[in-house]
Amino acid sequence: MRLIKNREIIEDHWVHIADDPIPLEGCISVSTARWKAEREDLLARDGELGLRISPEDPIEDFAGDLKHFQLIGLEFPTFTDGRLFSVAAMLRRHYHYKGEIRALGGFIRDQIFFLSRVGVNSFEMKDTSDLEEALSALDDFSVRYQTASDNG
Amino acid sequence: MYQYNEIDQTLVDERVAQFRDQTKRFLAGKLTEDQFRPLRLMNGLYLQTHAPMLRISIPYGLLASRQLRMLAHIARTYDKGYAHFTTRQNIQFNWPKLERVPDILADLATVQMHAIQTSGNCIRNITSDPLAGIAPDELEDPRPYCEIIRQWATLHPEFAFLPRKFKIAVSGASNDRAATQVHDIGLYLIESEHGEIGFEVLVGGGLGRTPVIGQVIRPFLEKKHLLSYLEAILRIYNLLGRRDNKYKARIKIAVRETGLDRFRELVECEWEKIRDGMEIDPARFENMRQYFALPNYDHKAATEANPDSRRDRNPAFQTWLKYNTAEHKIAGYRAVYLSLKAPDSPPGDVTESQLDAVADLADRYSFGRVRSTHRQNLVLADVRRSDLFELWGKLVALKLATPNIGTLTDIICCPGLDFCSLANAGSIGIAAEINKMFNNLDYIHDLGDIKINMSGCMNGCAHQSVGHIGILGVDKKGVEWYQITLGGSSDNYAAIGERLGPAVAKDQVVETLAGILDVFTELRLEDEPFLDMVRRTGLQPFKDRIYAVN
Repeated sequence: MRLIKNREIIEDHWVHIADDPIPLEGCISVSTARWKAEREDLLARDGELGLRISPEDPIEDFAGDLKHFQLIGLEFPTFTDGRLFSVAAMLRRHYHYKGEIRALGGFIRDQIFFLSRVGVNSFEMKDTSDLEEALSALDDFSVRYQTASDNG
Repeated sequence: MYQYNEIDQTLVDERVAQFRDQTKRFLAGKLTEDQFRPLRLMNGLYLQTHAPMLRISIPYGLLASRQLRMLAHIARTYDKGYAHFTTRQNIQFNWPKLERVPDILADLATVQMHAIQTSGNCIRNITSDPLAGIAPDELEDPRPYCEIIRQWATLHPEFAFLPRKFKIAVSGASNDRAATQVHDIGLYLIESEHGEIGFEVLVGGGLGRTPVIGQVIRPFLEKKHLLSYLEAILRIYNLLGRRDNKYKARIKIAVRETGLDRFRELVECEWEKIRDGMEIDPARFENMRQYFALPNYDHKAATEANPDSRRDRNPAFQTWLKYNTAEHKIAGYRAVYLSLKAPDSPPGDVTESQLDAVADLADRYSFGRVRSTHRQNLVLADVRRSDLFELWGKLVALKLATPNIGTLTDIICCPGLDFCSLANAGSIGIAAEINKMFNNLDYIHDLGDIKINMSGCMNGCAHQSVGHIGILGVDKKGVEWYQITLGGSSDNYAAIGERLGPAVAKDQVVETLAGILDVFTELRLEDEPFLDMVRRTGLQPFKDRIYAVN
């Protein structure tokens, strides 16, 4: 599908696995529950691995495993739940996570600027009809007061 | 006062453009009401009973005369000619049209003003002492720190979607005039035993449904760590605060459920990780202090003969001088309160012509600056003693000289059912009745310091739970009732008021108040203040009187 990554609109090949069998190849992401249950199988396969987290997942539970993940997906249950903003900031600043952090789920276009500032670098929108417009949200502001993941 | 540089101005201009676009998308149906709501709230815009309400930020209550004139212009052009000051030292307009709000914000931006974060689940306006910088009991001017916090909090990317609203106050004086202890974070400037000035940090205070007095989370914080400590608290709160129930989402509940010691441990652990990278350079403090340097006082003012001419012995002037002016740390000057509690107008309301006139008076008598107070009055902070009589005359003509500051009729009052969609009961009408019943100034002055705070619903915008006398409007099956509390306070010895008894009917409120005051005048010892007496006797004598009669 098409999404915004590193300030560009790209065709993306990540597959977010729910309850389906794990494919042997390709870039896939799983929930924290499946990571816990199928850790060895997931590590044995070829292809990149991503972890999808919800605001309920304590960061300490997966922080030690970050080296296995090329992508962390932040699953917003609703756009008003701001916990994952702090989680993204901590992943970048405390755990020095260098992989892709992707916003998923219920976030909205008007949060893209703030999300990019706390370290999110890709945005998978539910509605992909106007990604050009969503891309411009990265530049809603040209100035900033705080030190954050984008200028720290 | 702080002056915007290019960055500040660009940020505010870009916020106007962003909000204009959001409003356009909402009106075009591209943003749903559920999506637009948090976005507009973060810009101070409510959809209200009659029309949208727009709340404009007045950082720590400080205004320049040209900003007052802009507020007057907005009241005239986009509203019905008046506005309302709030307990966060902000100002709100009750009749703008949604599609004109972007234009209002653009006008405000031309005088370095905005509505950013005046509502919503984010960090709200930083409030402070209305006598900051000039109070004789002050250790240090809190406003440079307020401004540093303001900038840090403005559009903070991580803290725009908190569990609930978040309020910070800073006080630098020995007498707390900023209700610091009932804030999510309260900061007191204090001196350590080694003579270093830093902050005592309180956390978890708050009003509303569950009023709580803040507790000390850190007895002494070095100034250079101010922002890292705030960030650590906010981050822990953002992660821990409840999101399943908006009535339990404030930090006070998170602190209670986690326990203060555990909460502190979490904050300090987070703080360890970030503090070295976030130290504030002493040069930044120094630079910020310059913006709040004292104006050029005339040193001759100190040696001017004490004005005791016949003119100044005018009893009405003397009464006003006693109640509506306060001591200034510079000899020959006083701070002047402009009472927005005239008997015939809603508490905290001001008209466009008053706003313009106050701007002129500020230019003529007080270095072009005005402050708003959390008790919904205004202050001209730097008036020369020899100008007071002349100023008084002009304020009388403007109906801004009612000599009632700190007295029974200096009521904190929310807009209530007349304007607010959240309210359960009227408040302005009750305030008018109180003014009608207690119209004898000598009686009011004899009663001394009494703070009545009155809210039209549990949200408690008017801080009723910390009023010496708190009045809370509630709805019982479509009828307005009023719950009365006694003994609350938001000063250094902050306390939550205790409920007097069952709620009283609307037509009984003023009579009940009269009963309370009768008990007070009968039982007070000499000039004992009301609050002291309530603390001495407890509520029993009041209960006996009020509920025995019924």
